Amino acid sequence: MNDWHPKIVAFCCYYCAYAAADLAGSLRLQYPANVRMVEQPCSGKIDPLILLRAFEEGADGVYVAACVEGDCHFLKGNIRAKQRVHQLKRLLDEIGIGGQRLEMYNLSSSMGSRFAEVAREFTARIRSLGPSPVNPENIKPAVRLTEEKR
Amino acid sequence: MIVAEQKPLVEIAERIKEANKVLIVGCSMCVTVCLAGGEKEVGVLAAALRLLRAQTGRSLETVEYTATRQCDQEYLEAMAKIVTPDIDLIISMACGVGVQYVAERFDQWTIPALNTKLIGGTLEHGVWEERCGLCGDCVLHKTGGICPIIRCSKSILNGPCGGSQNGKCEISPTTPCAWQLIYDKMAKLGKLEALLTIEPVKDWSKARDGGPRRVVKEDVAL
Repeated sequence: MNDWHPKIVAFCCYYCAYAAADLAGSLRLQYPANVRMVEQPCSGKIDPLILLRAFEEGADGVYVAACVEGDCHFLKGNIRAKQRVHQLKRLLDEIGIGGQRLEMYNLSSSMGSRFAEVAREFTARIRSLGPSPVNPENIKPAVRLTEEKR
Repeated sequence: MIVAEQKPLVEIAERIKEANKVLIVGCSMCVTVCLAGGEKEVGVLAAALRLLRAQTGRSLETVEYTATRQCDQEYLEAMAKIVTPDIDLIISMACGVGVQYVAERFDQWTIPALNTKLIGGTLEHGVWEERCGLCGDCVLHKTGGICPIIRCSKSILNGPCGGSQNGKCEISPTTPCAWQLIYDKMAKLGKLEALLTIEPVKDWSKARDGGPRRVVKEDVAL
């Protein structure tokens, strides 16, 4: 299992974590390459559907990286994200995936080394948890139908 | 509005364990406003059920749909073409009324995803409180617009009782005494003397007992 590389999706706020990742790159900091970043206009953009979708598509772990509390560009986006992540952790426990596969981190755009540290820390956590119990091959795509307008 | 909340996920999953394809139907009315059974909640429940099922080595096919109103035949007719015979089961995310309408209209076994809790309003974002007891004979004109039937734990009409302490009800320090609220409001309205009138025993025959009630408005009947 030691050579297993978990699939990790990081939803990163454009104003902090995404810039911090840039800084981590400029500083030539090493962090696990299995972290796939998804840029978000604000951490407040994330919702349970997006995070569950990541797990449906085979993520072993997901984290949301948001601005430091009180520093959200849109005032409360990171607070809202925190509440949603907290709620979804409970749902993931109910589902059986486990809430510890989802986490929320707060950092600022100047924290390049913290960004790399978070990536290493979370990867280590997921490696210790092992692969997600969900096999994406058993997930059928969602069918969404809408009411016909009359 | 009618306020509902979702049943535990495992409870719903247990009921659908035999099904391979389910239709999850939301409702755009009350349960959308109280964030229990709208389009978003349909999506989250569907994803959660798919993820739960995937861990058993089987897969679950979900069809998501949100009706304008589940408690109205015409919107169920609009839904009829998507209720194909290959759907094993319907999960209704409406209040108890919507579940019954769907169950009546379609042949598939229909199960509720929500527990219908109360008729009330929003106190703050994410908090709803009961405001109407559906007694069938409104008395709000006598009580300053505060319902003694549902907001008083004993539903008394000549309150307060001895359990009213410092404006709170004895059942919980966070529950205001409805009769204290009524007294304060009537004092503010300058109508305290109205509270001196002793209310006779309420006619509960207009309330819930005695089978389902029906409202008929003849001028609009077709």
